[in-house]
Amino acid sequence: MERIEVLKTYKLYIGGTFPRTESGRYYQLMNSKKEIIANVSLGSRKDFRNAVVAARGAFGGWSARAAFNRGQILYRIAEMLEGRKEQFVNELVQQGIKKTAAEDEVKKSIDRLVYYSGWCDKFITLFGGVNPVASSHFNFSVPEAMGVVAIVAPENSGLLGIISVIAPCIAGGNTCIILASEKLPLCAVTFAEVLATSDVPGGVVNILTGTSKELHSHFSNHMDVNAVVFCRDDKAERKAVAENGALNVKRIYFWDKDWNKDESENPYLIMDLQEIKTTWHPIENIGVGGAKY
Amino acid sequence: MPRFLNESGDSIPAFSLYLSLNFIFMGSIIDIPDFRLSPVVDQVGIEERISRFTARSIKKASKVQALKLTLTMIDLTTLEGKDTIGKVKQMCYKAAHLCDQLAGIPTVAAVCVYPTHVRTAKKSLEGTGIKVASVATAFPSGNSTRNIKIEDTKYAVAEGADEVDMVISRGEFLEGNYNFVFDEIAAIKEACGKARLKVILETGELSTLDNVRRASDIAIYAGADFIKTSTGKISPAATMPVTLVMLQAIKDYYSKTGIMIGMKPAGGISTAKLAINYLVMLHETLGQKWLSNEWFRFGASSLANDVLMQLGKETHGVYQSKDYFSND
Repeated sequence: MERIEVLKTYKLYIGGTFPRTESGRYYQLMNSKKEIIANVSLGSRKDFRNAVVAARGAFGGWSARAAFNRGQILYRIAEMLEGRKEQFVNELVQQGIKKTAAEDEVKKSIDRLVYYSGWCDKFITLFGGVNPVASSHFNFSVPEAMGVVAIVAPENSGLLGIISVIAPCIAGGNTCIILASEKLPLCAVTFAEVLATSDVPGGVVNILTGTSKELHSHFSNHMDVNAVVFCRDDKAERKAVAENGALNVKRIYFWDKDWNKDESENPYLIMDLQEIKTTWHPIENIGVGGAKY
Repeated sequence: MPRFLNESGDSIPAFSLYLSLNFIFMGSIIDIPDFRLSPVVDQVGIEERISRFTARSIKKASKVQALKLTLTMIDLTTLEGKDTIGKVKQMCYKAAHLCDQLAGIPTVAAVCVYPTHVRTAKKSLEGTGIKVASVATAFPSGNSTRNIKIEDTKYAVAEGADEVDMVISRGEFLEGNYNFVFDEIAAIKEACGKARLKVILETGELSTLDNVRRASDIAIYAGADFIKTSTGKISPAATMPVTLVMLQAIKDYYSKTGIMIGMKPAGGISTAKLAINYLVMLHETLGQKWLSNEWFRFGASSLANDVLMQLGKETHGVYQSKDYFSND
């Protein structure tokens, strides 16, 4: 008897599980020959709402982890991705990317994770510091994670794009909800499977598929979201995101980069999603009062 | 307090009640049933019924009304060893001012505290119309002597409690000493005076739905004004199946006697969505008459904020954050 191939259902990734969209909707993804290659969940505002709850729940634990441990986990994601290279290359090819370009993209994606893995326990030292003050205080500033970040991922880069925005976000201790590329969503969902097997706690990364047109306003007006990273070109959507962000003074970033380039990976992206906390600690001012060690 | 009379009309002590006895309530004679013969519960049927309640679509205006009704039904609760006067005062303020930045928000029904905090709560809530409920009878275990439980109750009432939440002796119940449980509830009811009595069955310790039904019947016939699922100290606390079984006991009693009994699920109800599911269940089991805080309460501490967040969403059109609501 001829065997029927088992096709994957592309679902969402929320709170460490793979639910279908609560709306029950989907859209059909076509290849260049106008053949259907997958049915993709058309995520709704309620899926986003659930994802925010999951991300908020995961934030405390993730941000409280030792920076070194976060680095280990990011490295683990890279390891898992390395082991599934073929699958990602095939998926990219399926979506119309040339084989050599696809191989290049997957390799870059892995390297990018390793790059940010290394930064996890270093950026705080680099960007934090001790400040000279005029009173008897030890005064120091350190970056701290902002909280829940809503990200609308780049449209034209299905794997490298999404990894390039997730990695700096979670490396700094934030949790996030990402809307995958509308035209290239398959790798995002498969990447969720990598995350689910890489010691990343459920809820730290939540991945939705769907349209920015429908979801950008919800991403930017939810009161429990602390920052929005928007990586699409649509001018009207950008304006709406910026305006909505004012509602609870969200940090709004438009990351327009060519993610293929090496300079598109840098610790300043981590710092975009950090708040600076300054602490004044009273101390004896050695020398002034004649005191000595 | 219902008077217990035998068939010739002589008053008899509660502990000597037997099967064929009856009591007179507001002029009508009510048979005390044999609690060993309480109806058995079809667990699969109950779960099937629950799955229907949770599938109702409640939208827009109805949802807002349900949310506000939920707020009016909340018994805002703090029952911890670490409760302080400050904590109780703060909670009482919250009870009266749930969310001043949203218009048209009602107050909760009551606050629920330990007897030693009743006086503080009573004073803090003066003029608000919010009731003070107090747990009593060696809450939460209920392991103490009858006299101490009665004293505990009298103390709470003397301090100003409008409502008393008692716990039944689960051990005695599970040993089959139904008369003991019945008499205890009747005795506490007497000690309550004018205060309304809520009887906590602690369903998480009763193991089966059949036991829940039997305990509900005992509590109702012994004089409970409300039956309540849980102390909140045992997991599982309130669940929809046990609440449905208790609502059915109330319904059967009502159809037999015409007397309404209140229901209070407590513990574990922390989301607005779940609360609305309970209201659907209440409405479809007991009907419109029970849809007020005189006959239905939620024992909860974190439910109020979630409901407020949903009302905020309905008012402002955007999802809300806990950051903008008070902690207690």
